[in-house]
Amino acid sequence: MVYEKRLDGRKFDELRPIEARAGIIKRADGSGYFRIGKSSAYAAVYGPRELYPRFLQNPTKGVLRCHYNMMPFSSVGGRVRPGGSRRSKEISMVTNKALLSVMELDDFTNAVIDVFIELDQTDAGTRCAGISAASIALADAGIVMKDLVSAVAIGVVDNSVVADLNYDEEAYDKGDVADIPFAVIPSTGKISLLQMDGIITKEQLNEAMELAQKKCGEINRIQRAALKDKFKAGENHAE
Amino acid sequence: MQNEMQKNMLKYLEAGLRRDGRKKDEWRRISVEKGVSANAEGSARVKIGETEVLVGVKMIVDKPYPDRPDEGTLMVGAELLPMSSPDFETGPPGIWAIEIARVVDRGIRESGALDNKALCIKAGEHVWIISIDIVTINDAGNLLDASALGTLAAIEDTRFPAFDGEAIDYKTKTDKRIKMNKHPISVTVWKIGKHLLVDPTSDEEEAAEARLTVASIEDGKLCAMQKGGEEPLDMKDIQKMVDMALENAAKIRKNL
Repeated sequence: MVYEKRLDGRKFDELRPIEARAGIIKRADGSGYFRIGKSSAYAAVYGPRELYPRFLQNPTKGVLRCHYNMMPFSSVGGRVRPGGSRRSKEISMVTNKALLSVMELDDFTNAVIDVFIELDQTDAGTRCAGISAASIALADAGIVMKDLVSAVAIGVVDNSVVADLNYDEEAYDKGDVADIPFAVIPSTGKISLLQMDGIITKEQLNEAMELAQKKCGEINRIQRAALKDKFKAGENHAE
Repeated sequence: MQNEMQKNMLKYLEAGLRRDGRKKDEWRRISVEKGVSANAEGSARVKIGETEVLVGVKMIVDKPYPDRPDEGTLMVGAELLPMSSPDFETGPPGIWAIEIARVVDRGIRESGALDNKALCIKAGEHVWIISIDIVTINDAGNLLDASALGTLAAIEDTRFPAFDGEAIDYKTKTDKRIKMNKHPISVTVWKIGKHLLVDPTSDEEEAAEARLTVASIEDGKLCAMQKGGEEPLDMKDIQKMVDMALENAAKIRKNL
């Protein structure tokens, strides 16, 4: 079996339609929205602010805390019980690591930057959508970063390497499926999120990494455009 | 609690004005948008000024309560996401979230808007449960009224998923909808000093000493109430607040 045509008709290297916005949550210090296909993420940044309880504080630099959460009605299946799961805790942790390496936290001793990521609808690739939204939010909050992280899931469906799996492709049952979420720091090409489940060859991994670089470049341009749009619009920022 | 902000606010109110220039019974711009979350059976986004909430409905099949074998039911939850305000924290729902969910639930339940028997699939075995979740995107005041309005819109937007007697197929939405016989609208009237106002900003909520939420149906009858805030109200206050809530409910109803 060979996966010749994608279930939703996209080209192998084609992303789903993307919508990105900055500054959509007024109470937050910075915010972003990132939708790819039917997966969409809000992100809000609060801080740097004081970190409590005090023992969590780091006297040498600021702490970045990411919180990934699915809204109860966001899943393709039944209701998601609020309150976090092992899955959401792990995703929060890898999201944190994906973003941490571009952050300049030395000036924020004893403080925390909280990043809240909320998924209002999900159709695979949500951790990547969350990371892309969070990058916009951090930039919108005016927090100094070395770069704007972009993320995308690359898949291997029945031996074909494809960009941005949706749920139907993840559930494809006529052949093996592997899901490889990537976060990329575009200026250096370094990869700050890498997970994989499924069975692939080394060659397919190489192909997937190449594709992730290319696609994250596309996503990065859309993220930057969203930020520019907000500051161009001006009235969005007026209080 | 007489801080500078409150003194300033009272000064304005004495002159019949609010700090953002609105009249006491004037609402910020309201928008209601249905069908905003693809995987929910029904959903709505409500914006009142800068306040924004999302409401989603998931339809669940469960065993009925033994004393009501042929009736489905309604479940309402609210989450004040820490994303939406620096005052909200992670963790289990606080008392404000619980109050919002319960007041919204009562408004719908007690109005008789839903026909619980129409939610029965097979008596004693399977009934539909309308599971409603309210989440906040941005809190700029008046979450309760926004949540109630969003809940109504999300129920109206709901289409039942397919159910074959054993499992729900969430990928297949049928054309069947939830019939609503009535449309309860919740309006909360807030009291600051001797002034009554609706649709408060976060500052106004903080300065208020009491509030009264009144849910009412089309014919002007009341179907649920909730008094909140630290200070008690006298009977005159309550009469005025109910009148104001009813007048404003008529205005809000137009947004459905």
